[in-house]
Amino acid sequence: MKSTLKLTLGLASAMLASTAVSNVAHAEDLTLCWAAWDPANALVELSKDFTKESGIGMKFEFVPWTNYADRFLNELNSKGKLCDLIIGDSQWIGGAAENGHYVKLNDFFDKEKISMDDFVPATVVGYSEWPKNSPNYWALPAMGDVVGWTYRKDWFSKPELQKEFKEKYGWDLAAPTTFDQLKQIAEFFQKREIDGKTVYGASIYTERGSEGITMGAMDVLYSFGFKYENPEKPYEMDGFVNSEKSVKGLEFYKALYDCCTPPGASNSYMGEGVDAFKSGQVAMHMNFAFTWPGLQKDENVGGDKIGYFANPKGPDGDQFAQLGGQGISVVSYSDKQESALKYIKWFANKDVQAKWWSLGGFSCLNAVVKDPNFPASQPYAQTFLDSMAIVKDFWAEPSYAPLLQASQKRFHDYVVAGQGSAKDALDGLVKDWTQVFQDDGKM
Amino acid sequence: MLNRTADSVARATPEPLARRVRGISDKGLAWLFISPTILLLLAINIFPLFWAIYLSFTNYRANRPNEVVKNLGLSNYKRILGDQDIWIAMQTTAHFVFWTILLQTLIGFTLAWLIDRKFRGHAFWTTIILVPMMLSPAVVGNFWRFLYEPQIGLFAYAISFVSGIPPTDIQMLSNVSLAPWSIIIVDTWMWTPYVMLICLAGLRSIPEYIYEAAEVDRASNWRQFWSITLPMALPFIMLAVLFRGIENFKMFDMVNLLTGGGPGSTTEVASITLKRQAFESWRTGYSSAFAIILFVAVFGLANIYVKALNKVKQR
Repeated sequence: MKSTLKLTLGLASAMLASTAVSNVAHAEDLTLCWAAWDPANALVELSKDFTKESGIGMKFEFVPWTNYADRFLNELNSKGKLCDLIIGDSQWIGGAAENGHYVKLNDFFDKEKISMDDFVPATVVGYSEWPKNSPNYWALPAMGDVVGWTYRKDWFSKPELQKEFKEKYGWDLAAPTTFDQLKQIAEFFQKREIDGKTVYGASIYTERGSEGITMGAMDVLYSFGFKYENPEKPYEMDGFVNSEKSVKGLEFYKALYDCCTPPGASNSYMGEGVDAFKSGQVAMHMNFAFTWPGLQKDENVGGDKIGYFANPKGPDGDQFAQLGGQGISVVSYSDKQESALKYIKWFANKDVQAKWWSLGGFSCLNAVVKDPNFPASQPYAQTFLDSMAIVKDFWAEPSYAPLLQASQKRFHDYVVAGQGSAKDALDGLVKDWTQVFQDDGKM
Repeated sequence: MLNRTADSVARATPEPLARRVRGISDKGLAWLFISPTILLLLAINIFPLFWAIYLSFTNYRANRPNEVVKNLGLSNYKRILGDQDIWIAMQTTAHFVFWTILLQTLIGFTLAWLIDRKFRGHAFWTTIILVPMMLSPAVVGNFWRFLYEPQIGLFAYAISFVSGIPPTDIQMLSNVSLAPWSIIIVDTWMWTPYVMLICLAGLRSIPEYIYEAAEVDRASNWRQFWSITLPMALPFIMLAVLFRGIENFKMFDMVNLLTGGGPGSTTEVASITLKRQAFESWRTGYSSAFAIILFVAVFGLANIYVKALNKVKQR
């Protein structure tokens, strides 16, 4: 009886203790907010190591890209405590810094000897700094990303197609190095029968609702000579945004949409692009690099059938690409900032970054991407490096949202709906952006 | 028994409270009972309305909590009324409201008239016709998006079968001319049964003896329709038009799911513009002013319409 009582008491105490411990652990759990996409799954996997090392549990709040900005900007604006850590889009950095949503990380970096010189420079400027090109850090570069292209290597290497292409265009069918070549290839494949199926030239970004068509059009416009503002005089946009070269770039994007995209591709972004490529509809596919690991593994179009190339050059030889990707920040409304900073310290570690890359994330740490073995580590690694060396990003001003909405409307009206001319669209964009900056008191 | 229960309840009431309740008049008691509802209404309807009116005169932006809020007077209203894009969105809304109401009323009334014939199996067909109305708009939107797909959609194949045009050329959601009609078709498909139901109620409310008297007077079916059926069902038809008009004026879900306002801005109705200004561009003051303008427009039009409806009923 006595031993039974002891056993019962012992079990009860153990249960109470375990509940208490689990409650304590639960209270320390960190919530990380990000988009719902492949790299997020890799991060869940990676973060298990953090929990093992620190005893801090990780919870994740992932939202599809189409609602990602709405959902998390609402959360930040309402000073919500849902997210302790957030991997926010690069364009949010200005607003998040100025509105006090993110914790400034300079002191923490100094204390923990985390140097921004150890990261790819473009990602530091793009994901961490506000104001740009100033040593004020609000995030640690977390997920390098850039718009690039994939193509059907197996189709490109068909001898009969190579022969026909050479006869028609006078050069060998291969990954394009200029936008002119890209369009010729797209035209060549448009509505062609391959393996008994009608295929199309290219999948490009045309989405209206969030940021799709802006990311796609800018990806082309940069290499044609588009500039956001006068380098000598900030916010002076007339003659830069709507320069003759920019007009040519936008005309090219519309021509590419009109000639060479699959039917009904008037609202395509990352997901639709991946679907078009995976289902064997298109010969080439514009998309962010994060999609490449998934496509590489795909049974139907991956492996030896897929190739990668960086954004081609424009008419004057300029070559740029639209930056994607994000930095990881600590949310200033979180009650668990100390644990969140521990996560950032852990994430900045070289071994963790190497594992991040191996799991399908895109590390921004020089030690990883400049490793001599890096280019050969994945078939797309070299293209990723080449692309990251030529990046440009959209406005990261606190008013990035209305700036983006204006470009979404102007580009979609012209490129997809065919209303007005490229000059009208870009002149209108200058007008809209000027209004936004005037409202902000910056002009 | 009832008195005994009431007595026991009265006895159970604490004396101080009972004294206070005894002093309240019937009117006071009525106010006491409805006050929670009124408070709730004030909190979730009236206060936000007045708050939105206040915000509409400011430069407030919900994503800039630290920014100083400035009073702009009527500036937001002036900008909206002078903004060409807003007028285009209003025109798109008017086009959408006009065609959906016209088609839904015509088809809905015709269906109601047919169902009212009480043919064999009419109850079954009534239920079948009502199915689209019972579905969630989110389901309907996604479902029709697939139907409209030029490469795999049944709609494109059906049109192709009839017209001979290749299905890949039938791009309902991507074509500037077809996209507005793609939304009108879906809204008509979904909400015609609702109009039909209201019209059916109107038709069933017409007393049978009026038709019998008309038969005695040897009035033709055509004459009976124009002199009895239509005038007596008219208040119901007008009510259906009012409900659908108000609903479609603020239509958001279907447009958002099917086209997102595109291609370009061809299907961007007022509610989509409002959402973009409020929750994507975060121009809270500006979008509040736009919401107030829309509210006044709908409220004003609905009032005029209700007066006309009352006149028809009094005839």
